Amino acid sequence: MTAVDEPPVTPQEPEQGQGRGQGQAHERPIGFGRMKRKEDPRFVRGKGRYVDDIQLPGMLHGAVLRSPFAHARILSVDTSAAEAHPKVKAVITGETLAGLGLAWMPTLSMDTQAVLATDKVRFQGQEVAFVVAEDHYAARDAIELIDVEYEPLDPVVNARHALAPEAPVIRDDLEGRTDNHVFDWEAGDSAATEEVFARADVVVEQTMLYPRVHPAPLETCGAVAAMDPVDGKLTLYSTTQAPHAHRTLYAMVAGIPEHKIRVVAPDIGGGFGNKVGIYPGYVCAIVGSIVTGRPVKWMEDRSENLMSTSFARDYHMAGEIAATREGRILGVRVKVLADHGAFNSTAQPTKYPAGFFHIFTGSYDIEAAHCEVTGVYTNKAPGGVAYACSFRVTEAVYLIERLVDCLADELGADPAELRMRNLLRPEQFPYENKTGWTYDSGDYPACLRKAMDLVGYEELRKEQSEKRARGELMGVGLSFFTETVGAGPRKHMDILGLGMADGCELRVHPTGKAVVRLSVQTQGQGHETTFAQIVAEELGIPPEDIDVVHGDTDQTPFGLGTYGSRSTPVSGAAAAVVARKVRDKARIVAGAMLEVAPDDLAWTKGRWSVEGDPSMAATIQEIALAAHGSLELPDGVEGHLEATTVYNPPSMTYPFGAYVCVVDVDPGTGSVKVRRFVAVDDCGTRINPMIIEGQVHGGLADGIGMALMEIIGFDEDGNCLSGSFMDYLLPTALEVPAWELDHTVTPSPHHPFGAKGIGESATVGSPPAVVNAVLDAIGVRHADMPLTPSRVWQALQGGEVEAPQ
Amino acid sequence: MQVPASFDYRRATSVAEALELLRRYGEEARVVAGGHSLLPMMKLRLAGPELLVDINDLHELDHIEQVGDELHIGALTRHRTLLESPLVGRYFPIVHDAEKVIADPPVRNRGTIGGSLCQADPSEDLSAVCGALHARVVIRGEAGERIVPMADFHQGPYETAVGVGEMLVQVRIPVLPGAGSAYEKVERKSGDWAVAAAGVALTLREGRIAESGVGLAAVGAGALNLGPVQELLDGNEPSESLYEEAGRLASANCSPVTDGRGSAEYKRHLAGELTRRALRRSVARARTAQGTTGEA
Repeated sequence: MTAVDEPPVTPQEPEQGQGRGQGQAHERPIGFGRMKRKEDPRFVRGKGRYVDDIQLPGMLHGAVLRSPFAHARILSVDTSAAEAHPKVKAVITGETLAGLGLAWMPTLSMDTQAVLATDKVRFQGQEVAFVVAEDHYAARDAIELIDVEYEPLDPVVNARHALAPEAPVIRDDLEGRTDNHVFDWEAGDSAATEEVFARADVVVEQTMLYPRVHPAPLETCGAVAAMDPVDGKLTLYSTTQAPHAHRTLYAMVAGIPEHKIRVVAPDIGGGFGNKVGIYPGYVCAIVGSIVTGRPVKWMEDRSENLMSTSFARDYHMAGEIAATREGRILGVRVKVLADHGAFNSTAQPTKYPAGFFHIFTGSYDIEAAHCEVTGVYTNKAPGGVAYACSFRVTEAVYLIERLVDCLADELGADPAELRMRNLLRPEQFPYENKTGWTYDSGDYPACLRKAMDLVGYEELRKEQSEKRARGELMGVGLSFFTETVGAGPRKHMDILGLGMADGCELRVHPTGKAVVRLSVQTQGQGHETTFAQIVAEELGIPPEDIDVVHGDTDQTPFGLGTYGSRSTPVSGAAAAVVARKVRDKARIVAGAMLEVAPDDLAWTKGRWSVEGDPSMAATIQEIALAAHGSLELPDGVEGHLEATTVYNPPSMTYPFGAYVCVVDVDPGTGSVKVRRFVAVDDCGTRINPMIIEGQVHGGLADGIGMALMEIIGFDEDGNCLSGSFMDYLLPTALEVPAWELDHTVTPSPHHPFGAKGIGESATVGSPPAVVNAVLDAIGVRHADMPLTPSRVWQALQGGEVEAPQ
Repeated sequence: MQVPASFDYRRATSVAEALELLRRYGEEARVVAGGHSLLPMMKLRLAGPELLVDINDLHELDHIEQVGDELHIGALTRHRTLLESPLVGRYFPIVHDAEKVIADPPVRNRGTIGGSLCQADPSEDLSAVCGALHARVVIRGEAGERIVPMADFHQGPYETAVGVGEMLVQVRIPVLPGAGSAYEKVERKSGDWAVAAAGVALTLREGRIAESGVGLAAVGAGALNLGPVQELLDGNEPSESLYEEAGRLASANCSPVTDGRGSAEYKRHLAGELTRRALRRSVARARTAQGTTGEA
């Protein structure tokens, strides 16, 4: 059972302002506040323990042979030369796996995906064979010895051509499949939307592409599989954001009983959604270990990660916005063509094949909205939901925030003023939007005002017009975003039938130290600190006395993992609830210790004391010792001090924010310099402001990257053009400005302590701000990302900037 | 992790030893200094030499010294050394302009001028710089040394005049009175290869441009010395209309291709735009060097 009826704590940040030097006093808050991350001493010393650091006795090494073609029939696979390599222990092909019933595996979207190709290859980089050898070098040498004969087929590269009658059928493995159609999905009210569009004074249409990008975590994907031939137990160390869900899936796929599988996610070097799915390499490592009887490590390289693992976006959107002449937004509608690649492996709650894209009404009071999404197969790597996208809220925010700027352009209105006029008002919350979401809380106008004041909006507009007169190009771009995060309520949300509720266990040891066990897995977000602070806030035990255990299915309760900014909204709530259970139990123990009725006790952080006599008190540490001691407890009360819970979120949380970006564009070269970036975020109650700021910094850098330089591109033959960091560009400290951050605090009314997610806000909210700024600078209504110098220059020449593929 | 195929490795203790190894292994041997181009190619298995000859101990090749009216720069001189050399900065500000935008500090710490030139990548910055400066390179082999002008050094993409059993040992740049130079580069992000870049070096004699050199990067091979532009500039007084015409000629005399960095049309535009910008700064620097007005 869950206890979510306590009122949220008053939102007070334990420190004011962001000045340096103030941190000292708050070095170790007992509860919420700015505090250095507990995990960082090992990371900054290079002592993190990642999958690739794991060395097991007798461990072998695997490497994957990948398809050079985007679409080709496999005529033959000759592994004899590789098998003859003196250091090779096993060569596994699709045929080997077919014998085990493992050639295909289910995806998180109920499709199937080839583990190793048997009939055809369907994207460049697809897994064809797996070599297990004594060392990594030999494994790499041996894959070159495998001779595969291919018959190249015409590829489907451009999603816009995927449904053409003459398009080759990619998934002829699926019974009766005659086209490349994956799904149709809609949300909102088509008739009502039609009606508001019919009576609108102004309708602006804009097609736009959110290009295919990649989360590109610093640590690529990999696993060490160790099948113990004696007790039949599989231990899989892997780069996973969802160890429990993976364990269940391996049990279902491989037929290994679930209690004989232990999935361990050690330190993870970034996930961003890239490590949610199960990749063929993991399965191959498991099979390799079963076949050889020895542990097998498989770790992909950077090119493999960029070319074959879960990409993000690739949404072709035809949007329309309707408004009155005075700038009152009436309706929004959009048709989306979603490129899902060769296998539909996107990860999102089952009911929502387009994720949470239908929050595209954004932050505005809109009368009607409708979306239609069509998913298609192409000869590209599978994926789509990744890169801190909050299940496609990223695409939704980009759409609406671009459309609002297009409308401002059409009306000749100031984009800030237009937004202010249409934002939801505080008294409208909880707000039912037109596509089925219930926004929990917010004061949007105050947030936008704060951002505009911080950036000095009016002065910037003045500077801009002065510069324009001199032929200099500067632009100011805004974005106001609302996210829906914290998936989610069990009755609405599951992945492959697994409900999205999170377990949590808390045990206080006799000396008052504690261990909290979580189902979610950190990939750099600072869970070891944040969750200790949540328990500290509730129990008064210092965070450094609380061990946070996660990432090991044998040691933690079940839960669906970390993605979609769900850790704090779901598992954070679970941690608070379980701590409150412990606190309630401590009250009974304290009553026995102090020989008073528990009802006569009052809680102040870290102690129960007799109402009216604070000197009669027991600290949580004293209570812990007594709970494990010989103290006589009331009938029916067990000893020890621990509790468990499963938290089923009653609803989603809705973080929001106002972002302003200022850019300068070189008219002669099209080069864009991001001069300033102001971000005002509201994630409800703030647990650790330093960690929040770090999350925002990273997400803003992501946004600049996507807006200006990142794209996974393909040529006509389906060759991936972005297979290394020389071609897939990530921004560095030199491409980003000194961030200017601020915040407002509107607690979520249904979260135990009022928190909302923050992990993806900046990635979701920043790309439209950057794009809007660049387009504002060059006076062009729309150009697709990435706004590289070449593409900006092309737009400046007045030419159509071709959408990339 | 990407790993190369197996190869032999020898750390040379003298130029003579390095040359002997290069001669013995022929086409299958490659010299490694910084290794920033070669090692990634080996890891991607685009290159598979049988032997790497490591020349990092050959300190005799790591020098910057003025000899008569030339600056001699050893092939093993690191980017960082060039960037930190006041002598280089005084004579050839173009080198400092370029070095600031070549890759990133870790690469500049180990990468060398010899490696940059020998890679013969048409997008590489120092090649365009050395082309603009009318540098000459010294190639040593068993039979002795030969000196090759930069314009003849690159014989095509990734091909140089260095033959089997030979290595580049030195770069020689003429030191001219009244000189000014500059390098202009557009990149998609810091550390990226150029989308396009232009280097200009010139001298001013009695108010007129002389001994000009214009070299472009990333707009196709054969643009390290743009003869038609140089002929236009030499003997003329600097002016905006001259720069305009020079830019037009630079655009016309290159052969860019469309790729992920930009369209051919855009790169052609940049060739002109960046040539004009580099010309303006070169002239300003030459004037400053001569003690007249102008900005550095």
